[in-house]
Amino acid sequence: MVNRRTLLRAGVAAGALFAAAALVPPAAHSQAKQPIKIGFSMALTGGLAGAGKAALIAMEIWRDDVNKRGGLLGRPVEFVYYDDATAPAKVPPIYSKLLEVDKVDLVVSSYGTNEIAPAMPIVMRKKLVFPSLFGLAVNDEFKYDRYFQIMPAGPEPKTDWSRGFFELALQQKPKPATVAIVAADAEFALNAAAGARANAKKMGFKIVYDKTYPPATTDFTPIVRAIEAAKPDIVYVGSYPPDSVGMVKAANEVGLKAKLFGGGMVGLQFAAIQKNLGPLLNGVVNYDFWVPEPTLNFPGVNEFLAKYQEAAKGKGVDPLGHYLPPYAYAYLQVLEQSVNAVKSLDQAKLAAHMHKATFKTVVGDVKFGRNGEWARSRVLMVQFRDVQKDNLEQFAKPGKRIVLYPNDWKSGDIAYPYKQ
Amino acid sequence: MDLFSNAIVAGILLGAFYAAVAVGLAITFGQLDIVNIAHPAFVIVGSYCTWIVNSRLGLDPVLAGVLLTPFFFVAGAAIYRIYYAAFERTGQESLSGLAFFFGVMFIIEVVLILVYGVDYRLVTAGYIGDTIEIGYVGIPYRMLVPCLVATALTLGVWLYLSRTFMGRAILAVAQDRLALQLMGADPVRIKQFAFGLAIATTAIAGALLIIIGPVEPSVGRVYIGRAFAIVVLGGMGSIPGMIVAALILGVVETLVGTFMGPSWAPAVAFGVLLLTLAIRPSGLFGRQ
Repeated sequence: MVNRRTLLRAGVAAGALFAAAALVPPAAHSQAKQPIKIGFSMALTGGLAGAGKAALIAMEIWRDDVNKRGGLLGRPVEFVYYDDATAPAKVPPIYSKLLEVDKVDLVVSSYGTNEIAPAMPIVMRKKLVFPSLFGLAVNDEFKYDRYFQIMPAGPEPKTDWSRGFFELALQQKPKPATVAIVAADAEFALNAAAGARANAKKMGFKIVYDKTYPPATTDFTPIVRAIEAAKPDIVYVGSYPPDSVGMVKAANEVGLKAKLFGGGMVGLQFAAIQKNLGPLLNGVVNYDFWVPEPTLNFPGVNEFLAKYQEAAKGKGVDPLGHYLPPYAYAYLQVLEQSVNAVKSLDQAKLAAHMHKATFKTVVGDVKFGRNGEWARSRVLMVQFRDVQKDNLEQFAKPGKRIVLYPNDWKSGDIAYPYKQ
Repeated sequence: MDLFSNAIVAGILLGAFYAAVAVGLAITFGQLDIVNIAHPAFVIVGSYCTWIVNSRLGLDPVLAGVLLTPFFFVAGAAIYRIYYAAFERTGQESLSGLAFFFGVMFIIEVVLILVYGVDYRLVTAGYIGDTIEIGYVGIPYRMLVPCLVATALTLGVWLYLSRTFMGRAILAVAQDRLALQLMGADPVRIKQFAFGLAIATTAIAGALLIIIGPVEPSVGRVYIGRAFAIVVLGGMGSIPGMIVAALILGVVETLVGTFMGPSWAPAVAFGVLLLTLAIRPSGLFGRQ
């Protein structure tokens, strides 16, 4: 007869068996197949989402490429990521979750100065290697020795960012004397403006206008008029995509008489904006990091761009992918090559390797110097020329964005004054 | 002098555009007491719809905006019905209604991102980029056309509300709902019509916005503060007050931006709002 006591004993025995099974350590081979998790936040919505989403596509291409080659250390690579909505306040909780809850093995940064800086204290506390994607001078104050920035802004990012613009101005005859500096009230643009100010003073320019504007500004015509009233020879702008469009349109509408215009305008590198502004861009001299000029034909970059352009179809992101995607791919290549070189995920070993090695990536050779910035600046100064109206395909080929600076990558001479 | 007159003119152009963005909110929030925080999100939907019509059919953006108004009207009426059935009828409109519109705002933003992605959208029109010079004042068409259309829109709405039967019924339902019922008019139908009208204006406001500058789904958030401030400053329920408030905001922002520095513009503009409310708590033309 099955009574309560028998049932109880059977239950305890079954429970003990279950517990024993659960406590048996997993077999050695299934440990090796455990994925390596790379965690990050990314701007998938909000003002910088156009570039953030494009970066994610590039990163996924890298992940698939690496997994086709057998993964990292024989283990497949997986991403764990969350949308930070281009909101700096969202970044710290995301990285806390990635580390405490998702228990990722490696972290990389989100896109943009404003989204990288908030993650720094968390990453520093955990002593993690932090490959970062396009932050301007984020590590100037932190001085963290495991921070590595893929944006080629050079050993002194704040001043290297705009140095090319001012050096080009110095080369012109007669030498321009006065400069106007205008920037958005946001960390990146303020850093750019600070660097521009330092360069202007060092190279002997007189600053006749130096103001910032709130990012939510609708109409830039009054700002450009005020700049024109100060009669500057050259105008340096530090702006985000909608402001960059507003400034270029306003400069045309007001008839800005400066001889050089541009400098640090984010957004003029994005395909949709280039197509819409069209001939209004002609003459503008602005920063860029990669353009399809013959001097920048690095091994692997065209193959990568072909994959990106295929993956980007129908996703509402930059169809050409020249600005951020190659560098988003490259910062993961740096991580991959380091993991393979030191054959472990040990953060100290990875950091040591990243400091000394030269990496071969789709954006050419990458070598980090002081503070995790590039040992040598490669901020290109690019001038738009012969841009036709309403034509996206023209930007896929050389000839529309001429590299003027630095000399090693130069592909043509400047047209000065900028409006012919 | 040159700079000053240009700044005044630019401020008026900008203020007129702000009025177009706020006129729908002046109806819903100013007159119907519905805290429609999703109003700027509807303006962004108007921008995107304008962009589709402009890029696929090649129609002028202003024309596109006007053609879209009936669809926006129907959508607005439908949303009001839901809001009424869920909140107003049961008297929970104050907090739950606000939460409802917050939800609508986020849903709109996310749907736009899913459907169109996050790249900036811009429209093309023959006049964008040209400037007309009158003496030493230069007026870009990119700001002039939105200003003229916005003026027509806001004056049109004002005339409609003050001269037609339905318009006056809308003003009446805001003031005394019971009296209106006793007069034989159905307040719910009238409020539904009013809400539909308010959302219809966002089709045109959105078209004007995308003529002025690039748009992506989160751009609407920037206009929430301005739109509500304009409605409150103008006096709840007063369309002429709202127009004057919008012009004041545009001119103050532009003057400060030109002469003091653009980063001061929002602070001074909202300072003017606070000062006005301190002196006249019901707003410029509000009823006491």
